[in-house]
Amino acid sequence: MTADQKPCPPGDYQVVVVGSGPGGLQTSYYLRHLGIRNALISADPAPGGMFRRFPFFQRLLSWTKPYAPVPRSDRFYEWFDWNSLLAEEPQNRSLMPDLMPGDSSFPSRPEMEQNLAAFAEKTGLEVRYDCTWESTRRDGEQFVLGTSDGEYRCQAVVFAVGVAQPFKPDSPGFADVPHYVDTRPAETYAGKRLFIVGKENSGFELATGLLQWAQRIVLASPRPPKLSVNTHSLLGVRARYIQPFEDQILGGGVFILNASIPRIERSADGYRVHCVRSEGGSELTVDVDEVISATGFTSPLRDLTDLGVSVFGRSKLPSMTNFWESATVPGIYFAGTIGQGVAGMKKYGLPANSGAVQGSRYNARTMVYELARTKFGVTRERPVVKPDQLVDVLLHEATRSPELWNQKSYLARAFTLDAGEGIRDEGIVPLAHFVDEEGAPAVAITVETDDTGDIHPAVYVREQGRPAVETLLTSQPLHDFRTADNRLQLVSLLRGVTAGTAR
Amino acid sequence: MALSQDELVDTLAGLSLFADLSRPQLEQVAHKMAEESYPVGQRILRQGFTGTGFYVILDGEVAVRIDGTDVAHLGKGDFFGEMSILLGEPPVADIVTLRQLDVLHLGGPELEAFLRDHPPVMYRMLKTMALRLRNTSQVRS
Repeated sequence: MTADQKPCPPGDYQVVVVGSGPGGLQTSYYLRHLGIRNALISADPAPGGMFRRFPFFQRLLSWTKPYAPVPRSDRFYEWFDWNSLLAEEPQNRSLMPDLMPGDSSFPSRPEMEQNLAAFAEKTGLEVRYDCTWESTRRDGEQFVLGTSDGEYRCQAVVFAVGVAQPFKPDSPGFADVPHYVDTRPAETYAGKRLFIVGKENSGFELATGLLQWAQRIVLASPRPPKLSVNTHSLLGVRARYIQPFEDQILGGGVFILNASIPRIERSADGYRVHCVRSEGGSELTVDVDEVISATGFTSPLRDLTDLGVSVFGRSKLPSMTNFWESATVPGIYFAGTIGQGVAGMKKYGLPANSGAVQGSRYNARTMVYELARTKFGVTRERPVVKPDQLVDVLLHEATRSPELWNQKSYLARAFTLDAGEGIRDEGIVPLAHFVDEEGAPAVAITVETDDTGDIHPAVYVREQGRPAVETLLTSQPLHDFRTADNRLQLVSLLRGVTAGTAR
Repeated sequence: MALSQDELVDTLAGLSLFADLSRPQLEQVAHKMAEESYPVGQRILRQGFTGTGFYVILDGEVAVRIDGTDVAHLGKGDFFGEMSILLGEPPVADIVTLRQLDVLHLGGPELEAFLRDHPPVMYRMLKTMALRLRNTSQVRS
């Protein structure tokens, strides 16, 4: 196929989306759904983004459960399927489970890649592959993207380029050791003494995958590792990667150190790693055959900082609004894993799941709705809810909604309570935006986890011109929040603000 | 504000709250606390909301706002959120960004262990809280 026959040729579009991982595919799908002309371009030769390469070992950390209490075409099945992208057509939903043989509820990397390719194909998404974004500039109200195939002009641009650029510390010696992305096949580490810098999931993924091959594995970083089962969230090392901890406890050749690594030196038969223990500051040198720097990734934002896009932190994530728009350059939006730069409420320190597909797919849809509304005047239907149904709808959402369960304390289901137009379903909104917006009377419900691990609904009621007020509802052992107590509490809470909305 | 690991540790070393920590301890602090960024006009702490955290300002400025009235401004090196965590009560003030804000954030449930692990930080925090109490008393008298 010649360049001219490829889809999305250079030219003028309402929106350009960069990246063909889950974030880019989901964004382009919903832009098209709203009738917004967009070009989806990708430097890769096929869809999948980071799932074309990672994870190296075993399977993904996100589940797709084949057996669930709701049909796969049902919206509520999304809670049981963290890996499929969202679609409005029932036949394009929940593509992941049909691509898995049933031997695990966690897909392998090739299965996930296949899932994303199937989504692009079945939904008929047009993607211009092998088209590399190279530069960005403004021309009046338009953005101009220089690419390997020519110039794209647009009114808004969405970057879904992942947090995928390997990062290594500046400390001496790190330039000489491979990053996580350069890990070799497992068998090549047979009998080796291995040092892994980093104690996040990528470090423990390598330790788990190489456990049977390496002679000894040392993992080190300044901070003690957290475990997801202790943080009551996806924050910390996942249960899948617990085995190295047990090996350490049993003296099985795994050592987990809290130490900084000021330098790494080449030695005659490998490397000498210089460590400074976090507790007490004593020095320790470790002689090893291999070092892998599992020290994370940054966002490949190219020249966006020259355009004024502000970034922060070691991952160089963009500073964003609650709708994932650059805080400093309006019209530039972000989707996919970059969305984790929007902290949201982060109650009890628990982050949202924006760095994973099960969270970012909802962020992308919410972002597209807002972009369409504010930039192009495209609004969606706001269904009317009868006053006597509101309490049931709220509790049903809290019990079943995949958006609220996947993005706890981050996304909420909102309803405006306007005396003139009645109760309107405003759909899914960023919770931090809802509680800070001093707009019309409204109510939003979300699901939250507290510091004890208790999962319960939280309701935010906003009266005219005043910030929202928080009320926590009670949990239920089987997480069905549609209890008599919660109904009574909600009825009482809403009595004042819904008065006059009956239509 | 995107800082390298070394630059972040250097920045922390220059903040009075962490002035008594060794470099390995500062590196551990840099890893324990999450870097976050907020746009202008956003509330970071909200009056009456549960589940709040502890924040140290790396860059930017916030207003301490009670019932819509600004009672103080905080800037680089200042911290907030510790009162409601220590008391186990929701904040009595909003913290609202006046300029784009870059912070280090620690979840509320982690603050006690953090302070026990770093007694010099606890002492510095106490000193600041004593100063705030004295200033409040002087304003009232």
